[in-house]
Amino acid sequence: MKMRNLSLVLMLTIAMALLAGGSPAAAAQKNLILATTTSTQDTGLLDVLIPIFEKKTGYFVKTIAVGSGQAMAMGTKGEADVLLVHSSDAEKKFMAEGNGVSRLLVMHNDFVIVGPPSDPAGIKGTKSAAEALKQIAAKGAIFTSRGDNSGTHAKEKALWKAAGINPEGQKFYQQTGLGMGQTLNVTAEKKTYTLTDRGTYLALKKNLGLDILVEGDNILLNVYHVIDVNPTKFPKVNAPAGKAFAEFMVSKEVQDIIATFGVDKYGSPLFFPDAGKPEYE
Amino acid sequence: MELIVEGIRKAIWLLITFDREVLGITALSLKVSGLATFISLFIGISLGTVVALTRFPGRRLVVSLINTGMGVPPVVVGLFVTIFLWRNGPFGVLELLYTPTAIIIAQAVIATPIVAGISLASIQKLPEALRLQILALGATRIQMIWLLIREARLPLLAAVMAGFGGVISEVGASIMVGGNIKGYTRVLTTATVMETGKGNFDVAIALGVILLLFTFCINAILTGIQQRERPR
Repeated sequence: MKMRNLSLVLMLTIAMALLAGGSPAAAAQKNLILATTTSTQDTGLLDVLIPIFEKKTGYFVKTIAVGSGQAMAMGTKGEADVLLVHSSDAEKKFMAEGNGVSRLLVMHNDFVIVGPPSDPAGIKGTKSAAEALKQIAAKGAIFTSRGDNSGTHAKEKALWKAAGINPEGQKFYQQTGLGMGQTLNVTAEKKTYTLTDRGTYLALKKNLGLDILVEGDNILLNVYHVIDVNPTKFPKVNAPAGKAFAEFMVSKEVQDIIATFGVDKYGSPLFFPDAGKPEYE
Repeated sequence: MELIVEGIRKAIWLLITFDREVLGITALSLKVSGLATFISLFIGISLGTVVALTRFPGRRLVVSLINTGMGVPPVVVGLFVTIFLWRNGPFGVLELLYTPTAIIIAQAVIATPIVAGISLASIQKLPEALRLQILALGATRIQMIWLLIREARLPLLAAVMAGFGGVISEVGASIMVGGNIKGYTRVLTTATVMETGKGNFDVAIALGVILLLFTFCINAILTGIQQRERPR
């Protein structure tokens, strides 16, 4: 008697849960999972682009904004259909392993080293980013790292390597494990230094009280690619949708939007369109 | 300080202008957490009552497990639910990951042990003599259980509040299994995290204030029901 009651309740429960979410099986082919870096969401760029894509194609986009590292990890499991990421070395490895169909250049901006206006390590105006990091370490100032395998974190590790320093476990090195926006907030609060993409910095600038101290070094280039995940390796991937999104990102319409995005609010664009141009490396 | 005032002002503004996005987010939060709590009530009260009224080997272990479950971190639940719901996971065919249903499942898993634990304690606390008396008066077993639950309704309403409060304020699991998708799985807590990340502290505070406001209203209603005791 009791068992029957219990199973009835369970069935009712499951039915209710399914009702609440609509009929998921029918909608499956319409869904596109986009795994992307936090900067495309924190700057507000995707809030502009996604509705246009949805209206145009009828796909429903599920944007999962995580670090580039996690986005690519989702791709290597076939848990995402398309990636919008900025971590070149990891992307090349991803492609070499056959996880992606195509990798297209979308846009770039650059990384900058930001810190408090008082600049305790005296790095302002340093031409080389690696030199600046060396100086931060030498002066015992504190560097706040993303520490989350994101594209920015990967770039930062490359800079430490160029500086010939292993920062892991050192006193001047603190890791947040958070997204770019939150890491900038921590940096501002603790008056430390960090590496950030220019877009997120500009979008958050008003509340931060941090200055750009180092910029313009070639190594600081920040390049975004779109990758559609390989359906022959992962049969459950929604390949047509992924392909449509990749093509959308490099279309003239989107490239024009990217070129002007943020100008009205920040006085300069946050990203520079690059579709069809030769690769930077 | 200025920021908090600004945030409260923003919250009032968003509410009186019926800001569509914020209303949608709020409605989704209430719907998802309400349904999750409802589900957890069925399972939690059944489980709690069964464990309270029966004696079986390993019962102590079960009680310990339920009590541990009351404190399980939502992110851990979120992680496991994510792995189960992955496309290539055991329940992948259902295509539930990054849907409101996924959040309901995760939150129900979080709330069930809370409800079960409080139910168990409150039913078990009822005097043994009461059970015997009810049975002696000729009630069936089902009737007896119903009477016991009625007798324990004060603490059981506390279980409802604890369960609902636990899930509506939870962020870790919701962001993992829901993905914080705009207009679809974005709830008050995940939106607060995102707006903080974007540096929009006023909006973040406003969302927090709205969350507190609605939680307070719901708890006030439940407390009203709970305390509506006839004077003896």
